[in-house]
Amino acid sequence: MRAVVTVIGKDMVGILARVSTTIANANANVVEVTQSVLQEFFVMVMLIDITELNCELAELRQQLEQNLEDMKIQVMHEDIFKSMHRI
Amino acid sequence: MLNLGDILETITMIQEENLDIRTITMGISLLDCCDSNIDISCEKLYKKIYRCSKDLVETGDKIEQKYGIPIINKRISVTPIAILLGSSGGDPVKYARTLDQVAKDVGVNFIGGYSALVHKGFSPGDKELLDSIPYALSETEYVCSSVNIGSTKSGINMDAVRIMGGVIKKTAELTKDRQCIGAAKLVVFCNAPEDNPFMAGAFHGPGEPDCVINVGVSGPGVVRSALAKMDGGCDLTEVAEVIKKTAFKITRMGQLVGSEASKMLGVPFGIVDLSLAPTPAIGDSVAHILEEIGLESCGAWGTTAALALLNDAVKKGGVMASSSVGGLSGAFIPVSEDAGMVNAVRSENLTIEKLEAMTAVCSVGLDMIIIPGDTHEDIIAGMIADEAAIGMINSKTTAVRVIPAIGKKAGEELEFGGLLGSGPVMEINRSSPSKMIKRGGRIPAPIQSLKN
Repeated sequence: MRAVVTVIGKDMVGILARVSTTIANANANVVEVTQSVLQEFFVMVMLIDITELNCELAELRQQLEQNLEDMKIQVMHEDIFKSMHRI
Repeated sequence: MLNLGDILETITMIQEENLDIRTITMGISLLDCCDSNIDISCEKLYKKIYRCSKDLVETGDKIEQKYGIPIINKRISVTPIAILLGSSGGDPVKYARTLDQVAKDVGVNFIGGYSALVHKGFSPGDKELLDSIPYALSETEYVCSSVNIGSTKSGINMDAVRIMGGVIKKTAELTKDRQCIGAAKLVVFCNAPEDNPFMAGAFHGPGEPDCVINVGVSGPGVVRSALAKMDGGCDLTEVAEVIKKTAFKITRMGQLVGSEASKMLGVPFGIVDLSLAPTPAIGDSVAHILEEIGLESCGAWGTTAALALLNDAVKKGGVMASSSVGGLSGAFIPVSEDAGMVNAVRSENLTIEKLEAMTAVCSVGLDMIIIPGDTHEDIIAGMIADEAAIGMINSKTTAVRVIPAIGKKAGEELEFGGLLGSGPVMEINRSSPSKMIKRGGRIPAPIQSLKN
């Protein structure tokens, strides 16, 4: 089971570090990361394995939001992307 | 790895373009709750609905968190209460109170099915239920009511049409201190679908299974935004293609949520209703889609054609995306719920006659239209008859949900709040159809060949 974490907002030092620490604490494994900075806009998409996750997805999102104020954060099960964009 | 562009597209749809699952509606059959004693019948009804739907709201919330997609409403539809009333007799409002109580106890925001199917005639319980609708809707908060008065196969029951004109008026009068809200929870149908998850017209048809999950998806904002990104010079074939592709994606999401809910609740999955249901939120408007296609204002000449294209493309895109499509499926045009429609009415570009023409090609009918409070009940019956005729002849669902604004005149406004929105009172043609309405009887079912 995998989920997609997206973080969008103004670029600053330590975003990736904070996201990965929070995810590690929730016992999820990072499978893949894509990030880009367009002008000052930071966009990161992270695919994580949540098979052994020690909390609910909603809790993980809350923790990420606490650790990264002012960033738009989504944590969504990968099935929604698969079903919407693949036949 | 998933495609980055796809991921960001989905997130933009949800965050910026108001994409959501409008409703998860559990349909519950009450046929096994009939009893010759109305109190026992109500007790059985309460127990069954509670047993089936107690986890519905929690399940909806869990899915919302798992997929990060907002699920706005959790609702229940039940077997038309007139069927139970036929065997139990007694005061029908007792059923309404029981439905209201169970809706409150399980936490859903509407329960539909205070309904009767009278398209060919009245069976025991039907007339009593129709007469009780104003009281049921004024006494309860969550109950929605619908009546099917016509169908392509059986014609239009004009006696029922006449009664419903009066019922709508009286419902508005009894709730006049609450913005006439009762009439916003009452729909009169021709060709009513039995698996519609959308309120206020949802009921669980007698041909449906015992318990089933139906899902209504929405997303006018997503379609509008997809069209806005197109080159202005694209022709209408390309416009239809873009709408189809967008509808496909939206419906896939509905299919995912529906099958997940069905698995979690242990209840069979019924249908996805792929309707573009507007909300008063900015950008979430069907009128704005029509304007994006190229109209100066919704209501301009060309509106019916643009709506026909939209309605058809939505169905085509959605049908392939789901294992089972049903309900109303198409584009809704409820005036007060759609910011673009309200603007078009205020600027006098959209009239009720144009709306009537639009109902010949949209998925429902004259919906959430506020009319002057002193409108005679026979005129309302005339509106119902006209809409039903459009539905009957064209083999499509049509409906009337008009709200007589008691004590108000054209130009004044009603404010319902929430998803029901607000809107101006629209002037209507006042010449009287009374003689025709009072004739009663039945308009015979139309011929199915020689179509022109």
